[in-house]
Amino acid sequence: MTEPTPLGSRRSRILGGPRSEGARSALIAAVSTIVFFGLAVLLVTNAPGWPEVKRSFFSAEQFRDSFPDIVEAFGLNIRLFLVAEVFILAFALLLAVMRSVPGAVFFPLRLLATAYTDLFRSVPTVLVIYILGFGAPTLQLSGVPSSPFFWGVTALVLVYSAYVAEVYRAGIQSVHPSQEAAARSLGLSQPQALRFVILPQAVRRVVPPLLNDFIGLQKDTALVALIGPVEAFRQSQIEVAGSFNYTPYLATALLFILLTIPMARFTDWLIARNRRRELAAGGR
Amino acid sequence: MRKSFVILLVAALAALAAGCGSDDTDDVGAEDTTAATETDTVSTATAQDTCAPESLNLVEPGQLTIGTDNPAFPPWFEGGTPEGSSWEINDPATGEGFESAVAYAVAEELGFTEDEVEWTVVPFNQSFRPGPKDFDFDINQISYTERRAQNITFSDSYYDVNQAVVALNSSPIANASSLAELQDAKLGAPVGTTSYDYIVENVQPSQDPSVYDTLNDGVSALAAGQIDGLVVDLPTAFFITAVQVEDGKIVGQFPSVGEQEYFAMAFELDNPLVECVNEALAALKEDGTLDAIQQEWLSDKASAPVLE
Amino acid sequence: MSALAVDALRKSFGKLEVLRGIDLEVAEHEVVCLIGASGSGKSTFLRCVNLLEPIDEGRIVVAGEEITARGIDVNRVRRRIGIVFQAFNLFPHMSVLRNVTLAPRRALGLSRAEAEERAVELLERFGLADKRDEYPDRLSGGQQQRVAIVRALAMRPDLMLLDEVTSALDPELVAEVLNVIRELAEAGMTMVIATHEMAFARDIADRVCFLDEGVILEQGPPEQMFTAPLEPRTQQFLQRITEAGRL
Repeated sequence: MTEPTPLGSRRSRILGGPRSEGARSALIAAVSTIVFFGLAVLLVTNAPGWPEVKRSFFSAEQFRDSFPDIVEAFGLNIRLFLVAEVFILAFALLLAVMRSVPGAVFFPLRLLATAYTDLFRSVPTVLVIYILGFGAPTLQLSGVPSSPFFWGVTALVLVYSAYVAEVYRAGIQSVHPSQEAAARSLGLSQPQALRFVILPQAVRRVVPPLLNDFIGLQKDTALVALIGPVEAFRQSQIEVAGSFNYTPYLATALLFILLTIPMARFTDWLIARNRRRELAAGGR
Repeated sequence: MRKSFVILLVAALAALAAGCGSDDTDDVGAEDTTAATETDTVSTATAQDTCAPESLNLVEPGQLTIGTDNPAFPPWFEGGTPEGSSWEINDPATGEGFESAVAYAVAEELGFTEDEVEWTVVPFNQSFRPGPKDFDFDINQISYTERRAQNITFSDSYYDVNQAVVALNSSPIANASSLAELQDAKLGAPVGTTSYDYIVENVQPSQDPSVYDTLNDGVSALAAGQIDGLVVDLPTAFFITAVQVEDGKIVGQFPSVGEQEYFAMAFELDNPLVECVNEALAALKEDGTLDAIQQEWLSDKASAPVLE
Repeated sequence: MSALAVDALRKSFGKLEVLRGIDLEVAEHEVVCLIGASGSGKSTFLRCVNLLEPIDEGRIVVAGEEITARGIDVNRVRRRIGIVFQAFNLFPHMSVLRNVTLAPRRALGLSRAEAEERAVELLERFGLADKRDEYPDRLSGGQQQRVAIVRALAMRPDLMLLDEVTSALDPELVAEVLNVIRELAEAGMTMVIATHEMAFARDIADRVCFLDEGVILEQGPPEQMFTAPLEPRTQQFLQRITEAGRL
């Protein structure tokens, strides 16, 4: 009797089959890549306007001069999105649950959550930042800080929670109803079923779009510059304003790229891992 | 698998061949950003007649095109906006306000009539970037700096200016009387301005200054209490405290450090028109017109305690 | 007092009436097998007994308690009835052990140690002890279904409902699950089993009920039902099954 192979051990095509086939594919891939990118570089550097472009956008000296300050300012972007993301993940989950709660008595909650997500997905983020960043402090609400960092984070949290709530909701709805049926049939209450069975699965399923929104958030921290704080984008803008050499902008872009790409690959890995588990556990 | 590989290789070789055919202008040494893309025409202003309107090299022949930003703030521009104007706060064509008056005076010296002067909107930060311009000159509280002078040509000074700091009456620095008292303050300034440079180079507070896209954003921040003080040139400070931030005051003005800061008109790099304008300015200074204009529009906006 | 008493149960989905008046009494320790064509209402019936589906008319009484009465605590009722589904429905994000201990801990309030002790005992009994820390995706279908049964048993229900639990399994895995069920029957568990496995039903059932178009058309001891059914439709059904080689 052979032990049937669980679905989880099915390997992706990229890893290939027996060893010799894999090595050959890798070699071909490597050579093809070198040729392709070598081609691209050659074409670009031999184009007529290249020296100008190189001087304006790829100046090594400007890069060296501006990079340290930009990296330091980037620390503010990092602080902004780390703080914001924590609150977004929590608040959005609350909104998603509010929107999913069944029963007529909870209609006002569902309505409130729907109105909220509609509103904050409609208004451009930049507007919210302006309104809260400049407008809210003038109200002089007691006990509430007026710092642009606080209001910038608040604005980002309010806006992004609306998007992320919808992501959670999609996740909740994607968990097959048989999971809830199984949980309830064991005698777990609705909140228990939600907490132990549905939400953990829902959240795991939507990690890729959650990470996607997180990546978007990282970029939108640059908007906080509008209300004063000098983060990476603003710092590069200050550098550019003097010389009108645009290399500092590229330095900032590079920082964001270095931040995003590992996260993107991590997301891919998570997708693969979750897919394995989901497919095998009881058909749905 | 083999076939596509060969095709790729052939394509690579073909591109290489094409690439080698084109001009190899790889610029190894030029890292410094002297934006010298214009052809270098050093014009030595000869006789007066090269400055006559007909012989001037203008953006729009027969018309003097002058640039400034929108909104056009007092006291630099006054007179409000007539019906249907796309200008906010003030329309430069009224001829009222210090810079508007200076511009029309220079135009008159050059031989243009009032109707031959046209205004165009140029955002502040665009006025001193390198490249061709769609104005003959720009007058917009632009201070001379060496860095900017690498991208554009400046006229001579038409106004010596000092930076000043504006604060709410409730601000911790409202009653400061020295630079030292500003050390712990949260200051702010619009991006790319000499105001910002002054904070960073001369005041050097312990907190990084806040930076804004526009002057109006800086004023909003001041009104919201997010900065203790906003640094702007002194006459603009008067406008802000008189109109925009009524609960505010001018804490004081800063002394010029090194060379006196001054406003000048901005021209496209190496535009020979600057010589003619300088002559006009010289004439206006000599016959007292410039002084009179200054008296009319800025006399009550020039005094504030000096913070040292 | 019977373990389960169902009285004139009716259930519709929209316009489609699936259950048209089911009467069934199941004594304690009795094993009742439900047979019938697909769509005859077997799954619906079991889901109604477990209150997963609200009923339209009728009564269900479990161990003397009318569970269809108003104001009934549905969760409490469900703790006393175990149900296992065709599609296993294990929780994929939890290990086997956690799958089994979740409800005892959260719904019954057992401590983690108590719940784990109970779980391990059950897993050992059914040959799954070495899989306790595995995730469902690493188990075969037969193993998963056995875990699903253990998960339901961990609640120590008075009554077990099994809904076509071998229908989704590869043929070679069916036996291990049937063995588990047989063992439960021998240990005295009251069970209502919806199944296509006729040989198995013949073997362990105390009573076989033929469900046809929403009613129990005929019921009786397995020997009688399989060899000499009274109703023509029962005969037709069994004939079709025989021809398909499943009897």
